[in-house]
Formats: sequence, structure tokens, C-alpha cells
Amino acid sequence: MKVGVVVFPGTNCDQDIEHVYRELLNVETVKIWHRDTSLPKVDVVVLPGGFSYGDYLRTGALAKLSPVMEAVRGFADRGGKVLGICNGFQILCEAGLLPGVLLENIGRRFLSRFVHMRIDSDRSFFTTGTTKGSVITCPIAHFQGNFFADPETISRLEGDGQVVFRYCDQSGRQLDGDISVNVNGSLNSIAGITNSRGNVVGLMPHPERAVELLSGFIGGNSGLNPFRSTIAA
Amino acid sequence: MRFRVLVRLKEGVLDVQGKAVESGLQDKKYAAIRNVRVGRVIELDIDGGVSKDAARSQVEDVCKLLLANPVIEQYEIMEVA
Repeated sequence: MKVGVVVFPGTNCDQDIEHVYRELLNVETVKIWHRDTSLPKVDVVVLPGGFSYGDYLRTGALAKLSPVMEAVRGFADRGGKVLGICNGFQILCEAGLLPGVLLENIGRRFLSRFVHMRIDSDRSFFTTGTTKGSVITCPIAHFQGNFFADPETISRLEGDGQVVFRYCDQSGRQLDGDISVNVNGSLNSIAGITNSRGNVVGLMPHPERAVELLSGFIGGNSGLNPFRSTIAA
Repeated sequence: MRFRVLVRLKEGVLDVQGKAVESGLQDKKYAAIRNVRVGRVIELDIDGGVSKDAARSQVEDVCKLLLANPVIEQYEIMEVA
């Protein structure tokens, strides 16, 4: 079992991902540089958070042209597991590996705070081992996290169980119009989605920052379970 | 040949920047200003040796590849020189 962590110029959550896998789940990790044209032998590829290419043009737009993304696309096409968190989610959308786009937050602010998100589907490799309906409390840190897609795409995502995470209140209630709960204004409170095969997942919140009880005076370690399911499945 | 590409959010897509500009102006007593939309202008040269049509179709290609995101944006290509 090995996890590859892709590093673009401006990526800054790569160490956090390595920490989760290496220190907490005892899984080997390897960094993959954005100029690489092929992937080492890995079971999971993670595109971590950060500000790749300074978020120039549109978040994630320039990263999708990096040489490594062709290799990531090939890996995903063969059924390989790909996880994008925050900027990684934005890159996956820009690259067309996931549908939709992340617009600026509806409140016009960069948001750095804790949120609750509900696991709404166990169809993805990131949630197979988790309990549907359970709530994860973890940080977000983004300016463009407002999920948007055309109505047909939204209804396909909803109909096929491709909405993996949804912003919710502490008790798991979805409140689309409440900006204190659906903090960035995402359509249907969507926080994370998967592709139809369930092998590509993207989400805006940072579960890798809520994996230890030490850091968990608010969030606890509820973010650890999804990572666990990536190595079990 | 020099081209200018105008990239705009499609109608109906929330323009947070436009809203911020609008409310800023309204605070300064330009209360009549409405529906501000912010776009992006990108200019680029294409070296000689290709026909005008081929150059234009290259610009079209890079609009689709990178300059605009078809989910939310539309683009317009103008030849400027």
C-alpha cells in the first residue's frame, strides 16, 4: 500500500496528508512533483490543498496543464483512486475529472473556520468504510468554495448518489439558505462529490486537519475515518 | 497577429466581484448603478507564418483549453492588429 501526494508550486497541505497516512495509518507515502510525466507505483493519488500557481487566472486552472495531470488522468481512467482536497478539488473540476466548478464564496470573504459536513453517500472510495449520515467536523480555508454546476449535472449528481459530503449543522441538518451552515453558498450545500465510478473524489473541507484528539477541542478526530477507508477499500 | 479575448461570466452565474464593485459604488452615492459584471481581458500575439484563420482557431483552442471555463464563462475573440 502506497499513497502518492502531488506537489504543485503553491501546494501547502502535502505535509498534513503525509502525516495522516504515515504517522496515523502507517502507510507509506511518496511525493510526486508536478513536472513528473508518470506516476510511481501507488494505490491512491492525493491532490492536496494550497494555492497552486498563485490561483492565477482561475483556481486550479493552470495546475490542470501540469505534466503530472496527464498521468493522473490516465491513472483515474484505469480506475485508480484520486482524492482532491480544497485546491485539489478545484484542480479536479478544472481538469474535468469531476463536474462543476468552485465559485467565490457567496459572502465575498475568505473563510477560515470549522464546519460540519454530513456523509451522504458511501459510493466513493473515500467513504465506503464510513457511516452514511454521520457528521465530520473539520476546518475549511478557502475563498472559492461555492460549488456550482448546471441543473442537469446537479440532478445527475443527486440522482446517482454522487454527492458525498454536504454542509450541515451540528446535528446533521442541511440548511441551504443559512450562511452560518452552508457557509460558502454551495448549491444543495454540496461540500464534496465523486465521479460515477466512485474512484475520484473532491471536497472543499480539510478532514486531514481533524484527525487527532489533540487538535480536536472543537473538531475531534472525526476526519480520520474517510482516510482509513481509502486504505481498506 | 494580435488578438484580444474577452472572458465573461455567463448570465445567471453569480458574480461576487461585480456585486462587491456595485455595492462599493452605491456607497459612494452612485445609487443608480446596477448589474455590474466583472470580466477579464487577455491579449496575445500569434507569430507570423500562419494564416489568419489558423491563428484564430488557435485562439479558439486555448480559450477552450484554459482561458475560459465553459461551465461558467463565455468568451469573445477580437482581432486587434
